[in-house]
Amino acid sequence: MFNEMKTDDQVREPYRALVEWMEASGPEVLEQKRLEAETLFRKIGITFAVYGEGGDPERLIPFDLIPRIFTAGEWRKLERGVKQRARALNTFLYDVYHNAEIIKAGIVPAELVFKNAAFEPAVIGIDPPRKVYSHIVGVDIVRTGPEDFYVLEDNCRTPSGVSYMLENREIMMRMFPDLFKSLRIEPVEGYSDMLLKTLKSIAPNKCDRDPNIVVLTPGAMNSAYYEHSFLADQMGVELVEGQDLFVSGGRVYMRTTRGPERVDVIYRRIDDDYIDPLCFRSDSVLGIPGLMNVYRSGGVAICSAPGAGVADDKAVYTYVPDMIRFYLGQEPILNNVPTWKCGKPDDLKYVLENLGDLVVKEVHGSGGYGMLVGPASTKEEQVTYAERIKADPGDFIAQPTLSLSACPTFVESGIAPRHVDFRPFCLVGDNIRLAPGGLTRVAMREGSLVVNSSQGGGVKDTWIMAE
Amino acid sequence: MLSRTADNLFWLSRYVERAENMARLMEMGYRMALMPSTGDGNRSEWESVLSASGCQGGYDPNAPLRQEEVANFLIFNRDNPSSIINCFEAARASARAMRTAITAEMWEALNNALMELRRPSIHNLAKNELPEFIDWVKRQGSLFRGTTDSTLLRNDGYDFIRLGTFIERADNTARLLDVKYYVLLPETSMVGDGVDNYQWTTVLRAASSLRAFHWVYRDDYSPYRIAHFLILNPFSPRSLAHCSEHITQHLERLARHYGQRRPVHGQAVEMYSLLTQSDMEEIFANGLHGFLNDFQARNRALSAAIAETYHFGGQ
Repeated sequence: MFNEMKTDDQVREPYRALVEWMEASGPEVLEQKRLEAETLFRKIGITFAVYGEGGDPERLIPFDLIPRIFTAGEWRKLERGVKQRARALNTFLYDVYHNAEIIKAGIVPAELVFKNAAFEPAVIGIDPPRKVYSHIVGVDIVRTGPEDFYVLEDNCRTPSGVSYMLENREIMMRMFPDLFKSLRIEPVEGYSDMLLKTLKSIAPNKCDRDPNIVVLTPGAMNSAYYEHSFLADQMGVELVEGQDLFVSGGRVYMRTTRGPERVDVIYRRIDDDYIDPLCFRSDSVLGIPGLMNVYRSGGVAICSAPGAGVADDKAVYTYVPDMIRFYLGQEPILNNVPTWKCGKPDDLKYVLENLGDLVVKEVHGSGGYGMLVGPASTKEEQVTYAERIKADPGDFIAQPTLSLSACPTFVESGIAPRHVDFRPFCLVGDNIRLAPGGLTRVAMREGSLVVNSSQGGGVKDTWIMAE
Repeated sequence: MLSRTADNLFWLSRYVERAENMARLMEMGYRMALMPSTGDGNRSEWESVLSASGCQGGYDPNAPLRQEEVANFLIFNRDNPSSIINCFEAARASARAMRTAITAEMWEALNNALMELRRPSIHNLAKNELPEFIDWVKRQGSLFRGTTDSTLLRNDGYDFIRLGTFIERADNTARLLDVKYYVLLPETSMVGDGVDNYQWTTVLRAASSLRAFHWVYRDDYSPYRIAHFLILNPFSPRSLAHCSEHITQHLERLARHYGQRRPVHGQAVEMYSLLTQSDMEEIFANGLHGFLNDFQARNRALSAAIAETYHFGGQ
């Protein structure tokens, strides 16, 4: 296992100043700071609700004080790799909703795209502004060694967690002003401004003024509601629910105390299925009837575009390196994790024979639900899971259990290494923008590889050291 | 601003004010119950409080009408929509639904109040030290209004918050007066004796107005003057006239802000004129109870008209 702070008892270079500071401060000071941080989070109300688990609907995500640090060089590679991926994924989306060259070329199988539940026939042939579908791409990256980074998955729809990137930094700067003064850490606070620029740059064709932007949330009961309100607040735009919007005369309006007000760009944090009950799920009360008609006629921009989900399917994921070669003529800068597709008979056989060593995931699942972590599972769990795979092999993929890197983390017994991953948020509009940072998630249980906050994972601040 | 946001701001401040008013009602009941028994024919003080709270319907008819049970019902009962804990739950839920429209300080005031109320230890305080608890609730109201006053932009949102506060407060003052005049001492034979006077001063206390009253009227506690202070005196911060004046002003500000005058503005001015053009003799002669009932009906109608005018509830 690669420990990001120490190799062979030598503190790695980016962590040196931090370790010196921690040793000088002593455990009591650190414990005090930890308590202060928790109080701050609770007071501000940064919380995360977990669906279907009962208990406190506003549980705190555990915040770990010890930051995760990248050197400038490491970041340069990650940055180039993430931008490359975001560009390829958007090109792929435009392609599959238009000429489907990549399918004609025999690189991606047709049924994988066209029979995919996330493929949206309603947007075939539509040109979204600047041909961008996924305006915010969250790329989940893990590390297994000093030079070894792998992309675990792409999130092209509505990746969440960026508010933690921003708030974690706020809290850290409040707790450790000295460290920020003496070290040169790249600031992340430009993100909100980049997001606003990106959203403005994708105003629809019919928009003839400074676009009116809104953030569309399913409401206060949604697990990421805090983030929705935070981003709206940071950008200074309205946070709306479906009930606040309506369609009239080919445009979208919001209900205000002055009467109707036109909306040009919708940054929606609602799934495709729910945005328009006339076009998608008729039982949805979250959406806006008629929205898709306005979208089709260029009266409103929707971010991410409906149908973007087909690019972040776990089966499509396996083809992203091929997309990069096909569309951009480049070699992928970041590698995929080797993946077995259970839909292929040979792969299925291998997976069933090696369940104890693999991580198996549902192709359409997200949030760490419904996966099997082989080495951490019992024989019984493996047998039960094998039955599920056999029932519908095409719904599952498997990957080797990577030895994820670990970062020192506060736990009950003191400071101990815990596994981490990393999600930077890449913005795509008139430009491709990436704030120097991201969300580091940490598995709080010893040995656990599951970092999802819905499964008890925590978060850390991520420091990119300036050159 | 979004209609839904305006709706939330309006109700948020109504709920905070209502929680505080529940506490004030209990303060009145608690003080009245300290008096020696007032003899046969009087309804119990706590029954009066319950009746004035407007949530008597939800009270278990078999439960005793004692401080412990009634206070518990008005503070912690989850089935009573106006219980103090439900008021704070509703206020915070509204606040959470439009975090961007209020300041961090206002949010913290509401969030902390609810966190405290959810703690088991507060039950003991309410049970054993009711006056302490009542003060605590009043402090939460003050904190919310204080943070609003010192941190919120003076835009239309501010007007909706203040409208909620004054509409709810006017309703409460009318209730306080009504409970004294109609519910507590209906028999005319008792009006004007020592107990009666004590009860009138208790109404003043519950309105935090005892000292203010002294400054204005010196030492004469006549029911007439106390009623005047709480109904017609524009300088008394909980009087109907004062609340009504503020309601009118904030509606005027909205009219200027939006450049639109609507029927609701006329309605508010009419309610205000009723208070500036009446005198106490006339009110008492025609019956205080009838006057208060009429005022409450107008106040409710005004609240509904505000909701309609500014498209609350997705109209």
